[in-house]
Amino acid sequence: MGGAARARRRELHLKERTAVSNQDGVGIRQADVVRVREAPVQETPVQETPAQEAPAGGAAQKPASTALEVDDLTVAYDSRPAIWDIDLRVPEGVLMAIIGPNGAGKSTLIKAALKLIPRAAGTVQFYGQPYERVRGMVGYVPQRGSVDWDFPTTVLDVVTMGLYGRLGWLRRPGQREQAAAMHALEQVGMQDFAERQISQLSGGQQQRTFLARALVQDARIYLMDEPFAAVDAVTERAIISIMRELRARGKTVVVVHHDLQTAAEYFDWVTLLNVEVVASGPIGETFTADNLRQTYGGRVAYLQDAQRIAGREEL
Amino acid sequence: MSAKNSKPKTKNSQDRRIWLLIGATALVAALFVPFSQLFLHVEYDYTLRTVALGGALLGVVSGVLGCFAVLRRQSLLGDALSHAALPGVAIAFLLVGRDLGLLLVGAGVTSWLGVYFIRLLTNTTRIKQDAAMGIVLAAWFAAGIALLVYIQARPDASQAGLDSFIFGQAAAIVERDVQLIAVVGAVSFVVLGLFWKEFKLITFDAEFAGASGFRVNLLNMLLSTLIVVAIVLGLQLAGVILMVGMLIASGIAARQWTNHLGQMVILSAVFGAFAGSTGAIVSAVDADIPTGPLIVVVAFLLVVTSLAFAPGRGLVWMLLRQRNDRRRFAAQTMLQDLYHYATDHGAADTAAPESFLFGVRGAAAKIGLQQLHARGQAQPRDGAWMLTSAGIEAAARDDRNNQLWSVYRQYADDLDLPSVAEDRQQEVTQVLPADAVARLERQLDRLRTAASDVTES
Repeated sequence: MGGAARARRRELHLKERTAVSNQDGVGIRQADVVRVREAPVQETPVQETPAQEAPAGGAAQKPASTALEVDDLTVAYDSRPAIWDIDLRVPEGVLMAIIGPNGAGKSTLIKAALKLIPRAAGTVQFYGQPYERVRGMVGYVPQRGSVDWDFPTTVLDVVTMGLYGRLGWLRRPGQREQAAAMHALEQVGMQDFAERQISQLSGGQQQRTFLARALVQDARIYLMDEPFAAVDAVTERAIISIMRELRARGKTVVVVHHDLQTAAEYFDWVTLLNVEVVASGPIGETFTADNLRQTYGGRVAYLQDAQRIAGREEL
Repeated sequence: MSAKNSKPKTKNSQDRRIWLLIGATALVAALFVPFSQLFLHVEYDYTLRTVALGGALLGVVSGVLGCFAVLRRQSLLGDALSHAALPGVAIAFLLVGRDLGLLLVGAGVTSWLGVYFIRLLTNTTRIKQDAAMGIVLAAWFAAGIALLVYIQARPDASQAGLDSFIFGQAAAIVERDVQLIAVVGAVSFVVLGLFWKEFKLITFDAEFAGASGFRVNLLNMLLSTLIVVAIVLGLQLAGVILMVGMLIASGIAARQWTNHLGQMVILSAVFGAFAGSTGAIVSAVDADIPTGPLIVVVAFLLVVTSLAFAPGRGLVWMLLRQRNDRRRFAAQTMLQDLYHYATDHGAADTAAPESFLFGVRGAAAKIGLQQLHARGQAQPRDGAWMLTSAGIEAAARDDRNNQLWSVYRQYADDLDLPSVAEDRQQEVTQVLPADAVARLERQLDRLRTAASDVTES
């Protein structure tokens, strides 16, 4: 799969991508033309996909089996690209980890997909449609450090916030919303904490609260930003079992992950990212020592881990 | 299960506390009127009634909207905004002459431009928000001062008193101004009510609000506009420099007493009304005492009181809790020390010499033994301490609980036990379901038997 992605990249690069409709990205593209990968390329037929934001009938053009499709996505901070020319296809129903070193643009990729930060170039489609049309299908779990946990509110209230988007303007959450939020709290094992003030939560409980807020959205695809960062063992187990349950129900879960040790155990799909996509595909084929070296470079600590883990996986 | 049962109770008790507090604040405010008449010889003439009512209403409006400034960590934005209102007053005066309504509109416009500019600077440049606020505050205020000085140099007499917008001049407030505060305040409350859930969401987690499809920038501007409205309404009374105090003080005080946004806002309104009215009354003791500054001082006293005494968050409360914890932990340690000493030296009621306990534990031993004695779990005898039967029972239970937790930590996966957070202050038998407890206890027995087999052989 990694090879196929690379093949497609190469082909597109050689075509100079004149068809791509990027207003801002044209200048950056030209430099990219010369950066053709030297990796061995197996020629696979590549389906040309129009990269324009899909018009009204867009859904029909794409097979429904692609949950998330990223084309030529570039995001830059201060004219330094944080992610560069990302092409990505996430099939429906997988548990996918986005893995890469610090500063590789993992969170940036998710935020750009949700249009929380401006894109320099590229398109992102969920189930063949631009994000604005399918907001309700996309659940988001931000990093828990991104909010003030001393805000005067309860756990149940935070979870209910997951339904605000669906309620829309002016409508107030009522009993039905509260019941749904309570149900989501039960799923993450936090039902006894419903009336707890959020400043009294441990880090893991905060994370589970955020997870419940996403669950209550009842989305088709979930994007989670480092849900396993600094959580206790109980929370880690709760999160992974919920992810598996979501997959069993046909949902797609995309997770920014930083722990190489657990990646192969938790996920069935992986994208290795370091500004560019190094490889993306089923974990067995993609999570290889070679790919990890390309992602992390020769950094010893990572590499030893990676080789050990990858070696174990290949056995 | 127990947590579920106690949940509504804690919620109700907190609700009740808030209502009590609101009642108490209203009572103090009401009692303050005869008190001030009798002891401070305050005369309730038309001016004072108007000013006190105006101060109370303004306290409500700024208290409610100020909560959001506090929670968004934008208290200083309030300061920048009120300073930024000054050039608007001067420009409006130069353009249309002296008309209070239009002066306030002018104030609102420049203040709002100030917010917009701060947001622009923060969003499009690499300047941080505090720097953006600082520069806008200084620049707008400087422009305002320059214009005021220029206006005052003119021979025209109508400019007299325009500089009262800097520090505020409550005595100038008439009934129409009070009506204006009431009407505009009511309108802003309606807007707040309509967008309550949106404002709450962007205040707590703006990123998630954006991902949920809300127009975060628009909502931010709307909320800032409401805050500008509150500021402009208070300019006459408190002035551009002190207005920030009215805006944020009651919100800060209210936050200490409650963990619910709705309650916080209501309480902040009550505190604001209290500060506004009593501040006005106290300032009437002598005609030379300015009203705006006194209101802010009263509001600050509310903040100090709340920070000190609010249950759960207040300093006094925290000190008490720390002392209780220290005692409880000392008692728990001593219980275990006595128990282990005794079982190591024969029977569980063997007495441990005080000098030994003090040598091992120092000051904590004294606290702990006092606690155990008071609970009837330990008693002194000839310079030594022994556990009572109740103490032995408690120690044995605690000891077993600790052992069970240790087994849980090691064998939870092997025994397929439900995963819970380890908390040794709780009894594991209460935390886990009965069948899990049974498996856990069997495992502990197995380990014990194995250990004793080893020692025997």
